[in-house]
Amino acid sequence: MLPYARPEQRLLPAPTAESRAFWTGGEQGDLLIHRCRSCGHWFHPPAPVCFRCRSLDVGPEPASGRGRIAAFTVNRQPWIPAFPPPYLVAMVEIAEEPDVRLVSNVVDLPLEEAAVGLEVAVFFEQWDDIWIPLFRPVASGSAGSGR
Amino acid sequence: MSRGGPFQGRAVLTGAGKSQVGRRLGRTGLELTIEASLRAIADAGLTPDDIDGVASYPGPGVPDRGFSGASVHELRGALGLRSRWYLSSMETAGQIGPAIEACMAVALGLADHVLVFRSVWESTAQATGGRASVLFGDGELPPHLEWTGPFGAVSAANWLAMPAQRYMHDHGLTREQLGWIALNARRNAALNPDAVYRTPLTMDEYLAARMISEPLCLYDCDVPCDGATAVIVSRREAATGLPRDPLTVESVGTGMFERATWDQRTDLTTMAAHDAAATLWERTTLRPADVDVAQLYDGMSFLTVMWLEALGFCDHGKVGPFVEGGERIALDGSLPLNTSGGQLSGGRLHGMGFLHEACVQLWQEGGDRQAGRPRVAAVAAGGGPVAGAMLLSRY
Repeated sequence: MLPYARPEQRLLPAPTAESRAFWTGGEQGDLLIHRCRSCGHWFHPPAPVCFRCRSLDVGPEPASGRGRIAAFTVNRQPWIPAFPPPYLVAMVEIAEEPDVRLVSNVVDLPLEEAAVGLEVAVFFEQWDDIWIPLFRPVASGSAGSGR
Repeated sequence: MSRGGPFQGRAVLTGAGKSQVGRRLGRTGLELTIEASLRAIADAGLTPDDIDGVASYPGPGVPDRGFSGASVHELRGALGLRSRWYLSSMETAGQIGPAIEACMAVALGLADHVLVFRSVWESTAQATGGRASVLFGDGELPPHLEWTGPFGAVSAANWLAMPAQRYMHDHGLTREQLGWIALNARRNAALNPDAVYRTPLTMDEYLAARMISEPLCLYDCDVPCDGATAVIVSRREAATGLPRDPLTVESVGTGMFERATWDQRTDLTTMAAHDAAATLWERTTLRPADVDVAQLYDGMSFLTVMWLEALGFCDHGKVGPFVEGGERIALDGSLPLNTSGGQLSGGRLHGMGFLHEACVQLWQEGGDRQAGRPRVAAVAAGGGPVAGAMLLSRY
């Protein structure tokens, strides 16, 4: 397995008032996920209200950055010329709240070793003023993970 | 006649029409829409002056080229329709949502005959510029791709491959079993002169096909096409004397119990389809066993899996054995499925093709692909956070 190399291009988000924390928290090394200060639950995507208890007392908080693969796919189709396949797209459920899933890439993992339940940890890839959260296997669980 | 239901038998289907369907036809969306609409109106034994309502999905303002062939007002303007009620909508019960709203309109007496249409020209759009280049040409990511696009997950194939993978993991669905959705569609398409792909497809070919987004291969994805479909939804009393047996809209499935996302649903192996189906059955005394023919959305083969279990044709997680071998879902099986070839082989008419085909089957005009003499048809459209269903009968 080759170590992960960043693609020439990623399609970058245009952060909104709600999503800016998520896309920029990586500058401080933080995975910022919205959390309700009334009921304590985390939720994603970010919104100005908690969809569970409807409290308006919500905001981004640093999550541990640990999670598990809830579902995954190896994309084989070239959609973006400067981001060639194959690459692993996964729904990562965060350790704090399994109902919260982040779609991301899991890298430094042989494609055939992707599995539901695999433990992963976040790292960030900077693109100008955007810090893209990506995941790689937690080292102990993945031989040859490169880290 | 009516068994009750949300419309008390007052909403019926009286005609259906389909335009030329194919790849890269080079015709405009409005031309195709007019062709399908005039055919549906004539099929119902009506004239354009009888049409006093119009409804369509998705309506204007959709940036994807080819996705919306004509808006309601474009068609109204083109045909000079005098409308007592009209609507277009995208935030509704799937691509057939406007047909459901038309049922509400006629049941309430707001209109007598509503023309409901859906038209696409995605094949020509892709051939003359490409969907991808339109989406990403300026590097700007549209808002609906904010959470997936940065990771190269820009297609519904990616978004649906993940729940498909999880369903296989949790419930043991195999690629061979999933393949029967595609093979069944192709063998029915072979009997449908309007279908896009009609050459036989074998399981070996399916299993050897190139992967798009694992576990979904090329044959798990529907085929973009140009074409339009239209149906006429009528107030039952206004349908008296029309040539066709009116088809009763027995129930509709319009529910959505969770947030409209592709990835945050509590159970990753269910979809909005399950909510829509639940509301469909709570509104009728008919049961899944009463259904004679099923037209279930297959924008991806896995979506038909979702609808089969959502609508209660088998238990949650048990779709694999249900479709395995393809006998149960064949034209002469206990639940003939996607009899026109669906979108996988018939062409991506985007939801409304299933409603059209349900009408064809109930009127027993399927020709070589006619599945016996069905009395009750289930129709479902949409995938992920998009879902709507209808239950039709001919008695």
